[in-house]
Amino acid sequence: MSLDKNTLVRLKDAGIKQEEKWLVKGVSLEVNRGKIITLIGPNGSGKSTTAKIALGIYKNYEGSVEKFTNKIGYVPQKISIDWTLPLRVTDFMVLTENLSADEIEEALSLTGVNHLVNKNLGNLSGGEFQRVLLARAISKKPDLLVLDEPVQGVDFTGEIALYELIKKISEKLNCGILLISHDLHMVMSATDHVVCLNGHVCCSGSPIDVAKDKEYKALFGDQASQTLSIYEHKHDHEHTDDGKIRQKN
Amino acid sequence: MFDDFFIRALVAGIGVAFITGPLGCFVVWRRLSYFGDTLAHSALLGVTIALSLEFNIALSVFITASVIALFLIQLQKKTNLPGDALLGLLAHSSLGIGLVAIGFLSFIRFDVMGLLFGDILAVTTNDLLVIWIGGILILLTLRFIWKPLFASTVNYELAEAEGLNPDIAKAIFTLLMAAVIALSIKMIGLLLITGMLIIPAAFARNLSDTPKKMVLFSIIGGLLSVFLGLFSSLKLNTPSGPSIITAALILFVISLFKIKQTIKLKN
Repeated sequence: MSLDKNTLVRLKDAGIKQEEKWLVKGVSLEVNRGKIITLIGPNGSGKSTTAKIALGIYKNYEGSVEKFTNKIGYVPQKISIDWTLPLRVTDFMVLTENLSADEIEEALSLTGVNHLVNKNLGNLSGGEFQRVLLARAISKKPDLLVLDEPVQGVDFTGEIALYELIKKISEKLNCGILLISHDLHMVMSATDHVVCLNGHVCCSGSPIDVAKDKEYKALFGDQASQTLSIYEHKHDHEHTDDGKIRQKN
Repeated sequence: MFDDFFIRALVAGIGVAFITGPLGCFVVWRRLSYFGDTLAHSALLGVTIALSLEFNIALSVFITASVIALFLIQLQKKTNLPGDALLGLLAHSSLGIGLVAIGFLSFIRFDVMGLLFGDILAVTTNDLLVIWIGGILILLTLRFIWKPLFASTVNYELAEAEGLNPDIAKAIFTLLMAAVIALSIKMIGLLLITGMLIIPAAFARNLSDTPKKMVLFSIIGGLLSVFLGLFSSLKLNTPSGPSIITAALILFVISLFKIKQTIKLKN
């Protein structure tokens, strides 16, 4: 065990080389309990690769990776499922963990797709499938959640609701979240720690610090650094999935 | 009760159907039909080794098939050839070596046809014990590795990321495949055993919307094929192994009508 019990996974100077070319190099980061850490960066900057190193999917990495938990929920960026498999949403939910019908129902309700529980996985739309993937990852009440672009293909109102859900989950389960996102608004408003990647760590720190960083501005442009000011306000109401204002209980 | 050759054949066939049903589903899901074929072809080599060294046939086939599987994994790592070419290479070279070896064993009376197409009517009480005890062990092992094996069949990275050790499950599954072939080669024959794995599973796929249902229907399909095949082979005096496979095919064709109906319903 680590001395600091709150650390779930720690990368030290981690990287991976493929045919003499570094896919990503020298990444050091820590995912801690109850915190959201976000990886941002352009396409091909090594965000997914870093996540896969942390998860242990890639084994021939350099540097050191320490994992302090085995209760992990993962939403991959790309998932190719062979549709020759007869697989309903409910079968997919229990893929890596045994869950009761109530637990399945609860997780699917959180992401707004509990009506799909008996549908064939192959018949879902992209957005619906993404919601099922997220529900599956949180249903096992993991210590560590790794979310690789978890809301891709989800409609606009749904996107905001799901990000709020992710934030809520991290507080409720007190789990650590490693998030990969292109949505800078979300990153800046809900994240505790940002790591900006471009083959290596360009800069990292709190969202406010990163937004001020020169390298960040160089990567994302001046506009991006202003997202912070736009998003520093509190939401005074919530939306249900169909866009109506949710009644507060 | 086991005095009658037909009863023995039925009991052996039932045992085989129970093993090939669930394993066949994984063969279909993981696209391993040609892999199964390769292991089955290597069985001939296993049999000749057993005969020349006066060794247990089932055990020898199991070991030969496992070695071929290991060899395949090594070749995949070391060459740039596509998987199907490597499988074909191993399948036919092991078959060739096996047949050459049989040539040297001319002093032994040897039924090549029985080995190729199986002779379920010739099973002994001893064979029955081997099939049923071996079968129960295979199914218990499969039950044990079901979760990681199935999860990695759906998506390898999810299974690996969430700590299920899919590589170990895959290695054990490969051994199970070798074991199934070793157990059923005498009944079904090395040219037809892959059919017994795939056809009932394909029949089941047409009828099921969940993985567990597919396993169940695959076993039922296998059992029906054994009953239909054996009884018709008795009535029509046809070879038993091929009759079982033909019965399985007929069931598969019937199951196609069920898909047509569901497709119509959807439209």
